[in-house]
Amino acid sequence: MLEVKGLSKYFSSGILRKRYTKAVDDVNFSIKRGETLGLVGESGCGKTTLGRSILRLIEPTAGKVLFDGIDILKLNKKELRTFRPRMQMIFQDPDASLNPRMKIRESIAEPLKLQRVEKCEIEGKVQELIERVGLSPEHANRYPHQLSGGQNQRVVLARVLALNPDFIVADEPTSALDVSVQAQILNLIQDLKRELNLTLLFISHDLEVVRYMSDRIAVMYGGKIVEMGDVEDIFNDAKHPYTKLLVSGKEVV
Amino acid sequence: MNLLKIKALRVYFPTDDGIVKAVDGVDLNIKREEILGLIGETGCGKTVLGMSIMRLIQSTTLTDGEIIYKDRDLLSLSDDEMRKIRGGEIAMVLQNPMTSLNPVIRVGEQIAETIRLHQGLDKKAARKRVIEMLRDVRIPDPEKSVDSYPHQLSGGMQERVMIAMALASDPELIIADEPTKGLDVTVKREIIRLMKEVTAKRSMLFITHDLGAAAEICDNIAVMYAGELLEHASVDSIFSEPLHPYSEGLLNSLPERGLKPIRGISPSLIDTPQGCRFHPRCDYAMEICREKHPEMVKLEDGRAVRCFLYA
Amino acid sequence: MRGALKSGNVFCKNRIGVTGLGILSVFILTAIFAPFLAPYDPCEMFEPMAPPDSQHVLGTNDIGQDIWSELIYASRISLFIAFTTSIIATFIGTLSGLFSGYYERFGFFVMRVVDLFLALPRLPLIIILAVFMPTSIWNLIIIFVLFGWPITTRIIRSEVLTLRTRPYIDSERMMGAGDLYILGRHILPNIFPLVVVQFVMEARHVILAEAGLSFLGLGDPTSKSWGMMLHYAFEYPTIFISEVWKWWMLPPGLCIVVVILALVFVGFALEEILNPRLRREIV
Repeated sequence: MLEVKGLSKYFSSGILRKRYTKAVDDVNFSIKRGETLGLVGESGCGKTTLGRSILRLIEPTAGKVLFDGIDILKLNKKELRTFRPRMQMIFQDPDASLNPRMKIRESIAEPLKLQRVEKCEIEGKVQELIERVGLSPEHANRYPHQLSGGQNQRVVLARVLALNPDFIVADEPTSALDVSVQAQILNLIQDLKRELNLTLLFISHDLEVVRYMSDRIAVMYGGKIVEMGDVEDIFNDAKHPYTKLLVSGKEVV
Repeated sequence: MNLLKIKALRVYFPTDDGIVKAVDGVDLNIKREEILGLIGETGCGKTVLGMSIMRLIQSTTLTDGEIIYKDRDLLSLSDDEMRKIRGGEIAMVLQNPMTSLNPVIRVGEQIAETIRLHQGLDKKAARKRVIEMLRDVRIPDPEKSVDSYPHQLSGGMQERVMIAMALASDPELIIADEPTKGLDVTVKREIIRLMKEVTAKRSMLFITHDLGAAAEICDNIAVMYAGELLEHASVDSIFSEPLHPYSEGLLNSLPERGLKPIRGISPSLIDTPQGCRFHPRCDYAMEICREKHPEMVKLEDGRAVRCFLYA
Repeated sequence: MRGALKSGNVFCKNRIGVTGLGILSVFILTAIFAPFLAPYDPCEMFEPMAPPDSQHVLGTNDIGQDIWSELIYASRISLFIAFTTSIIATFIGTLSGLFSGYYERFGFFVMRVVDLFLALPRLPLIIILAVFMPTSIWNLIIIFVLFGWPITTRIIRSEVLTLRTRPYIDSERMMGAGDLYILGRHILPNIFPLVVVQFVMEARHVILAEAGLSFLGLGDPTSKSWGMMLHYAFEYPTIFISEVWKWWMLPPGLCIVVVILALVFVGFALEEILNPRLRREIV
């Protein structure tokens, strides 16, 4: 379903003497329909850049991103706009992912309006989505700052669901949340994924979370994917020294 | 032997929307050489509790109760006396070194400042001492790092600098507020190891929402929820057999324990639920939980829990 | 709406802001209802240089016009120039700021133009331009707008630059929203408070600059502003020897000072409301 080939993103700095940082360096992988690929790595290893490059939120330097056979990087602006709703992203900070000046209802109605859903249907759909992500109707009239981080992340999910996407990049969706809330959100994502047969790229620095969420895991280090495999293989039989380091010292609780 | 005794501490913030009861009747003792973990989720008041020990909260706050450190009530000390204790006998390791360190001053200078303030060393001696301290917190190549600016160091290294700063005055009690927040797994592990080492002969209040980190480093754990303590027990007993439903729920929320969430959300500190503050989210809630506010019950094995199941 | 209500609430609690707004509205109402408030036509001539009495509250000037009526009509001109200029300058500045913040390459060029304008000494240039252009209100406005928009552009742009990187803007893009839609629906409302502050600041600046130019005699002699009144009063040979300055010079001067103060007050209050750090309660 999604195939990433030789994807690279270099950042340049300096005007006269250019220096390049290889944030993502020749990354290859593919994700099957309905699969969750977990992407782990420490901060600064390029995992967020990778996620954003796939969605063209930043323009990659080189490579191919094939989505159902279509190379996303070759689409022009207009084609990209119509194509985009099929791929969605969930960001790390739920409070910043919503327009602070919009009520929850407006925020959720927005993707529907952009999809040219009939006006009379919108209100009903919004209600449906609010319920679907486990919020109650009274939340609709509030503003993001009046809700907790977990509730806002639910709103973000509702917005994403409104678009009926096939593929979602979840970039540390729960790292800003408390443990008890993290569990709620992760379970919700799992449920939705199963129900709607979503394909997921799940980015996190938390190995345990990735283990719970993913079918396969890719370990990223210094801009490259150093190891990729089934969850249990990674945990029981790591090959790369960095993966070993990650897996070995996990705290026993 | 108790080093710090907190008695019936209340810290209220008046705001436009009502009174925020950030700390609402907390009793807590920290023994000499004890590492006490204060566990709780965002907005439960744990940071405010740490800050009020250091008296680092605004003057508009309503504070009541006693914080007795070695027979002296910190809340009734003069500002001058408090300043001597702060950064002297009691030191703090703040969360987020990126914002806690001054970006335009070399790290060596920042540590030296504390030393000069409290130990009266001259510039040269202070520098020597700083290098020693950087070595103590395992910063590689301390002679060089002493002259670097914060942004030239990685997050883990910055955290080490924060720890070195806290240790500069050779404190007896360290208050660490989420020192592992935002660090990568491998770095976090090293920081925890380091903190364990440097607190071998000291006491520490380790404030965190990271249960894994707390399990690694603490002797005892206090669980805080909506401004009050719900459970107080040794690390081993709380992780093997949590008594309070909230403690149990927290542990079960961990991915390695099956990711079973607690339903609902933490209450606002302005408008806490009647009766037991946890009852709206509790699976074991009984009639009495809705009506009466439970007291802390002391159990025979030294544990304490605020729940009618054990009354 | 609640957000707006809350801001309104905070504003009302802010005494400085309310005072400023109060003073300002008195002036604005005066300007609007000048024909009803002024006892005489400002061009009508009476006995020149009459001291204040029951007929003429502030006496008459050298050609016998009633100063009180003149003052009331002058507020029309002064405020009209100030507000028209700020509206146009803020509008241009906001638009160019929005686009130059959102489109990097376009922004690069706009910023070089802005740099050019900001590097030039503003007041001397305005004076030179005013000397060479035929004096009329509209020419004054054009000059002020020319030098007014770059600051707004710069401020708005820097805000847009930070807003643009917010996750919610990215998520809009992911939903297939177009650039204009994002700018209009998501970025503009968030910078709007800043636009209001800029508007107030610009108005303050123009009142002062216009008074300065008119005082130098570069204003429009056919429509007298407060600055023009000062100019004529100052040209009168014995203005400081007799007591005439008290009712001829002082009132327009005071009007300028008070209006600027009122604008400063409103600016203060707005800043406090819009900068959450200044009214931080607790976390």
